Amino acid sequence: MSYAAGSNYLNHEKGLWSWLTTLDHKRIGIMYMISVFTFFFIGGVFAMLMRLELFDPGPLFAAQTYNQMMTYHGAIMTFMVIIPGIPAFIGNFTLPLLIGAKDVAFPRVNLLSWYCLMVGAAISFATLFFAGVDTGWTFYTPYSIQTSGTVLMVLGAFVMGFSSILTGLNFIVTVHKLRAPGMTFFRMPLMVWALYSTAVIQVLATPVLAITLLLLAFEKMFGVGIFDPNLGGDPVMFQHFFWFYSHPAVYIMILPAMGIISELITTFSRKTIFGYRAIAFSSIGIAAVSFFVWGHHMFVSGQSSFAGIIFSFITMLVGVPTAIKTFNWVATMYRGSIQLKSPMLYALGFLFLFTIGGVTGIMLATLAADVHFHDTYFVVAHFHYVMVGGTLMAIMGGVYYWLPKMFGKMYNEFGAQLSFLFIFCGFNITFFPQFLLGSAGMPRRYHEYLPEFTSLNKISSIGAWTIGFGFLIALAVIIHCILKGEKAPQNPWGGKTLEWTHADSPPIHENFATTPVVEAGPYEYGR
Amino acid sequence: MAHRITDTDGSHYAFHYKNSNHEFEASKFGIWVFLCTEILMFGGLFVGYILNSGKYPEVFEVGATFLDWKLGFLNTVILLFSSFTIALSIRNIQIGEQKKAFNNLLVTVLCGFGFMGVKGYEYSHKFHLGLLPGKFFNYTPHTAESDSHPTGEADEKPARSNASETSHVSELPKNMPMYFSFYFVMTGIHGTHVIIGMCLILWAMLRLKRGDFDPKHYTFVEGAALFWHLVDLVWIYLFPLLYLV
Amino acid sequence: MIKKLSAFTSILFTSASAFAEYGMPQAGNNYASRVDSLYYFLLIASLISCILVIGGMIFFVFKYRRKSEFDQTPYISHNNTLEFLWSFIPFVIFMIVFVWGFLLFREAETAPKNAFEIHVYGRQWAWDFAYKSGKTTTNELVVPAGRPVKLIMTSKDVLHSFFIPALRIKQDVIPGRYTSLWFEAEKKGEYQVFCTEYCGAEHSGMLAKMKVLSNEKFEEWLSDDPMKEYEGLSLAARGEKVVSKKACTACHNFNADVNGAIAPGLKNLIGKKRNFADGSSMIADREYIRESLKYPQKKVVAAYDGKAAMPLIPLNEDEITWIIEYIKSDKD
Repeated sequence: MSYAAGSNYLNHEKGLWSWLTTLDHKRIGIMYMISVFTFFFIGGVFAMLMRLELFDPGPLFAAQTYNQMMTYHGAIMTFMVIIPGIPAFIGNFTLPLLIGAKDVAFPRVNLLSWYCLMVGAAISFATLFFAGVDTGWTFYTPYSIQTSGTVLMVLGAFVMGFSSILTGLNFIVTVHKLRAPGMTFFRMPLMVWALYSTAVIQVLATPVLAITLLLLAFEKMFGVGIFDPNLGGDPVMFQHFFWFYSHPAVYIMILPAMGIISELITTFSRKTIFGYRAIAFSSIGIAAVSFFVWGHHMFVSGQSSFAGIIFSFITMLVGVPTAIKTFNWVATMYRGSIQLKSPMLYALGFLFLFTIGGVTGIMLATLAADVHFHDTYFVVAHFHYVMVGGTLMAIMGGVYYWLPKMFGKMYNEFGAQLSFLFIFCGFNITFFPQFLLGSAGMPRRYHEYLPEFTSLNKISSIGAWTIGFGFLIALAVIIHCILKGEKAPQNPWGGKTLEWTHADSPPIHENFATTPVVEAGPYEYGR
Repeated sequence: MAHRITDTDGSHYAFHYKNSNHEFEASKFGIWVFLCTEILMFGGLFVGYILNSGKYPEVFEVGATFLDWKLGFLNTVILLFSSFTIALSIRNIQIGEQKKAFNNLLVTVLCGFGFMGVKGYEYSHKFHLGLLPGKFFNYTPHTAESDSHPTGEADEKPARSNASETSHVSELPKNMPMYFSFYFVMTGIHGTHVIIGMCLILWAMLRLKRGDFDPKHYTFVEGAALFWHLVDLVWIYLFPLLYLV
Repeated sequence: MIKKLSAFTSILFTSASAFAEYGMPQAGNNYASRVDSLYYFLLIASLISCILVIGGMIFFVFKYRRKSEFDQTPYISHNNTLEFLWSFIPFVIFMIVFVWGFLLFREAETAPKNAFEIHVYGRQWAWDFAYKSGKTTTNELVVPAGRPVKLIMTSKDVLHSFFIPALRIKQDVIPGRYTSLWFEAEKKGEYQVFCTEYCGAEHSGMLAKMKVLSNEKFEEWLSDDPMKEYEGLSLAARGEKVVSKKACTACHNFNADVNGAIAPGLKNLIGKKRNFADGSSMIADREYIRESLKYPQKKVVAAYDGKAAMPLIPLNEDEITWIIEYIKSDKD
């Protein structure tokens, strides 16, 4: 098929309907982008309100209102922002481009998965118009059986789970079947390895969450007595089931982020990746081990202490491939030619925050220490360092990196760097004090707290608003880029992967005018 | 919209594949990945079952005595036979016997109806006796005897009041309802899959009549058949777990 | 080796932590300070790795920043020795902290046979403690110093978690089964106890104090006449004391007659019409209050159907009378 000059996937067809029925992975990616950003905004507003409540030890909102904000913040950020954030949004846009394919294997399934996310999100938000949900995003029984709103929320998460499964399924088949000629597994960009590992987790772990949530809904509606101790059920079994999904889900969140970082560091250091195979295999390794560590969320839950010891040991093993990746990224920068554009700033920010998140993760994997830290603000700080400091930093870096490809326009570099400054500093101001609060013993999910925790909480709140401000700047930069940005060249960063070397900015509907033939690895700088 | 391309040999395939065979291979691979998802989902249920039956062995022993293994066995035979006929229909399509393929699919769907019929009979019997999941459990040996002839009178006694009278029903172990929770949840989810599978096969028959498939292109039937085999496989595990243990 | 490491790190940090306003709370016993040694070891190891990674990164950014658009970079694909080293060294460190943490964990798991046993009940939103002598307290755990104490815990409603930061121990409290926690408090004084498993609206109000008394003082406290503290008080004043001691006030407001978010207000209750969840209604009287205290689920006020259920709180006849007198009394 031939294309008129200037034709691209954005103007290939016109009108809202053409978007809502599109089968083009790039357009679906953009639709994910809009929805994920919207959800992120809503989840962020809840976070800002929570920090407003915690600015002072006493109550500002009613306890139940705060607990609902905490629940919505957690549920929105995990199920609607971080889980679809990289695979479904950035992955959808980039995966076929990175492997030289014209689309994902099943475009209709891809569209269906977006609609699943929308329907699931709509169902979850519908709870707001009833009594609201205050279970926390973990839905621990028996409290979730006692309180209202659980069924609808759980149903929403169930439907969103399908979105995740379908995306994962699509990516696995795409990677296996649609690579361009010459694109062997070891010539795939590391982003593809990361997305692939993520997809495996999505396909294998999400159904367990689905059945768990279904059982929870049955428990609430029919009192089936599987998780309800009053009927002979076992609330600790719910936790086992829940974390069997939700711990691998943590790697659904972080693995693709690691993929983005591999792309950013090589491109902006203009240097081949150090230890390609080690990084690729560590993605697979993390994915595999991730299925056997769920019990480290439950060291004090009443599971047997033998289980605790095993889970602690296996969790330590996850640390090793993670350490390999981190060191290899730093080694990639050695003797490179480093350019500090915004995507690279975010990659460096990722390394900084993720390292702190990682070492505190080891502290939490250590049994005796975790007994003290468990369910305190130490844990809150740790997973925000990993999820926000890691995943969100990578999303932002990835967005700035691929914006020129997505819209064919350049963003304002100064604005982007300014937003980075606010987000990065604000982040540390918010969450570093929470490590101290946690080690001093302040439990999480507290709507009021003891006066001795006041000053650190005040600092933390100020930091949170700084992050919020930074993201507003980022939003302005992105909107400005899409509407008024300067025209972007095909390869503004000097990238070596196919989307830069062989596809226009923005790409044509079929991605590549002629199917690229791959003859070398993805990061052949200095050759 | 993604467009389809017509190959030199007259076959069709979506624009992002090399040829129709490539598309077929990818679709089949996708179906297998989806089956993995299904297996993991049922796996979660089975693990829950095993953990609880380890915790309350007496509940699950007594529970199984309420099921009629003959009906379960009948259903197993029906499903196994239907798996055989759907496999035959694939073979028929591959060698171009469209008519026979249609008939074999028809037999498969009829088997599905037969399975659901037997299941429905079992369910209605249990509903009548009050062998219901969790808090709806409403069974006392007494009502079981007097109601041996179904009279259609639903016993509306709330479960809670019964719980206080457990002294008459000391034969039943504590937490007896849990067995029926598992029974209804597991067979219910399995039954839902049977219904979905039947819909898929009916649709496949419709498309077969329309002439959508030829010996090389029958992705949809292949997918429906694989799904049907999975449904069969799950039942093969459910049957001994629920009826024979 | 772990002993030496632990001794070294504790010397380093006892001095530092004296200045620290925040961080780990003052250790309440020997076990807690040994957990702290592990924590400080982790902290130092973490600090070193952060300095290596982040420092290396910042150093490279400055040293190798792009000088011109035509910069060439060397092709360094991998280095097996280096990669082995930076997977093996972290592995060794991880194993050290794993074994160290595991040894301490085992110690905190196994209670000595002669431990003094106290029963703990979690409920929304208070802790009840029952001693073998029959003495009960709410939100106040009194223990002897220098004697192993074992808490046998269960919950009356949802999950809770019993956390004593000063002793670095924590255990979830689960309905339908017992979990336990043991410790030996060394220093006399008052310590904070938190609930660390989210348990509903007033989760953050579910606080208790642990009082560590000397052994003699403790025995004295244990055999105290429970009536002593009520001497010379009016019945209503006794009732007021009981509702605060039993943490009724965590949910109910006795000074307002409007319905709160969690539970109805109880001021001027007697003589008022109550509508219940099952559709019935009645004029509240003494019998109604009595019944609600004995069988909290029998008559649930309509607005609170399906919300956190009131647990059964152990009260004797005297206490019930006092509470009714307190509700009847004029509180303006």
